[in-house]
Amino acid sequence: MATRADWLLALPLLLPLLACAATAALQSRRDLQRGITAVTAVGLLLASAALVAEVIARGVIASQMGQWPAPFGITLVADLFAASMVAITALMYAATALYARGDTDVLENEALWHPLLAALALGVGGAFLAGDLFNLYVWFEVMLIASFGLIVLGGGREQLDGAVKYAMLNLLATTVFLISVGMMYGLTGTLNLADMARRIPEIENQGAVAAVAFLMLAAFGAKAAVFPLFFWLPASYHTAIAPVAAIFAALLTKVGVYALIRIVTLLLPEGHAWVAPLMWFLAAGTMVVGVLGAAAHWEIRRILSFHIISQIGYMIVGIAIATPLALAGAVLYMLHHIVVKANLFLVAGVIRRAGGTFSLATLGGLWRRDPWLGLLFAIPALSLAGIPPFSGFWAKLFVLKSGFDAGWYVLAGIALATGILTLYSMLKIWMEAFWKEVPEGTPELPPITGATRWLLLAPVAGLGLITITIGLWTEPFAAFALAAGEQLASREAYITAVMGVIRP
Amino acid sequence: MEFLLALLFGVLLSAAIYLLMARSLARSILGLLLLGNAANIAIIASGRVLGWAPPLVAPGANALVADASNPLPQALVLTAIVISFGLTAYVMVLSWAVWRGKGTLDTEALRVAEPRGLPAADAREAAEAETLAADLLPTRTGAR
Repeated sequence: MATRADWLLALPLLLPLLACAATAALQSRRDLQRGITAVTAVGLLLASAALVAEVIARGVIASQMGQWPAPFGITLVADLFAASMVAITALMYAATALYARGDTDVLENEALWHPLLAALALGVGGAFLAGDLFNLYVWFEVMLIASFGLIVLGGGREQLDGAVKYAMLNLLATTVFLISVGMMYGLTGTLNLADMARRIPEIENQGAVAAVAFLMLAAFGAKAAVFPLFFWLPASYHTAIAPVAAIFAALLTKVGVYALIRIVTLLLPEGHAWVAPLMWFLAAGTMVVGVLGAAAHWEIRRILSFHIISQIGYMIVGIAIATPLALAGAVLYMLHHIVVKANLFLVAGVIRRAGGTFSLATLGGLWRRDPWLGLLFAIPALSLAGIPPFSGFWAKLFVLKSGFDAGWYVLAGIALATGILTLYSMLKIWMEAFWKEVPEGTPELPPITGATRWLLLAPVAGLGLITITIGLWTEPFAAFALAAGEQLASREAYITAVMGVIRP
Repeated sequence: MEFLLALLFGVLLSAAIYLLMARSLARSILGLLLLGNAANIAIIASGRVLGWAPPLVAPGANALVADASNPLPQALVLTAIVISFGLTAYVMVLSWAVWRGKGTLDTEALRVAEPRGLPAADAREAAEAETLAADLLPTRTGAR
């Protein structure tokens, strides 16, 4: 008999799976596709909210698919971290689906957009809930296949160019991950993450564990666009159409960060002294390279792409310090960053609609033409830079506080400096696109009006509202992140939920 | 047997890395294929290789006999083969589309998304570099 927990864990995957199948079969029926996507978005939001509520009430929940007992079957697990990520995936699905209704690039390719978006949500949700390593690999591939379809949606030449680099480097990273899965299986004799966490301390050859774990960290690091493995991201993200870029920026790298956090907290808790210095180096490099790359570019999407990288660095700071507070900081940072980054890419799409280009040289005068758009850009932009009272301030505060508490002053200092440079990039976009006069020779485009304006700006405003809510009513979000950090730092609850009572 | 598989893994891996570093996209794809097969060998070698009894549980027993072969790596490899087949097919179609548009698979020539001259010192120079890259292109295939 399927229990309540079984359903709660399976629904966030079943809904997009059904939506993907149905919308793929109904490619000639635009209205049905739209209806299915709308119903799925609402259903996914409700299902993930129920999952979060259940995990808050009962702690880590696990479900053995097909009733196969734990190390042998497929396990789905949700702790606070995973549940919140599933919820935010549902939110991103809904926001981009709504925005896409007003986006001409999507409307011209709508038959494929619906099934691919659902498949992406399926892959991302699966990766967050997977309880064993091989399933994590399979979910990564589901996500990758959907993203391959999405990145070339629109069929522009530069999209093909970006997609080649995106596909090659991501396939390389996934294959490296697969090799490490095989080797980890050889070392531990299990694929179940909780079982693996129990067995790893018993292995005599910890050097081999370290080598395989390093391979795994390299693969996830490439997925997360961590320095020095980030090159595929600025080469491809700016070519995708606006809603695709938004959901990529929001979710794909974060799945890599999620896997990094899971592996480091679950499989490498103590006894591996090399992890913390390595993460220190990665975090500092990622923050600095990302923010400097952004400072050198003058095209909105290129700037935003580099900022994804620099922001990933803050999450890696959390992994490096690995105290409960630091992990809480990483969780809060991810929640804040996903909302803000998706929002910025959506706004960039609207800016292109209003000004005809992404290039800062030819943009201008948008503040006079459309002050609402300026306001809706300012909220996520200031939040990204960590200005109070927006969500980014609290997320940065968590990370910096944990850094100073743990005595990692240099890293915390680098994080602070990165914040200032982020503000510089955001101000650059503001000054060039919104504040300066329209440059000569830029054609005046008709303003966005009617239903299209509402469809484009409603998700932007909604995500902005979430950013403000986290910023002004921080208490519940901070408490949630702290609880999630505690759960990540002590892995007993996770292992017990999956394996049952730990054998003495 | 394990030694032979390890050797094969090493040979496949080094050949794959050599090909992946080539400038030609076609060679890189071959490298990716070899890498996928290296991964499969790694998984097979990680399971128990020398088990000759079929992995069937006899009636009444609740575990396999001692020298049974391990079915799990085979299942994993089967999944991995299917996935790598599909993704390689995608990359091949992608590179075919690139070939059709540009007439070359030299990765140094694939600079549409990352034009030379970027990053630039100011907005004007950056815009010029982007336009230059866009002007060199044939007209776009799809909508947009």
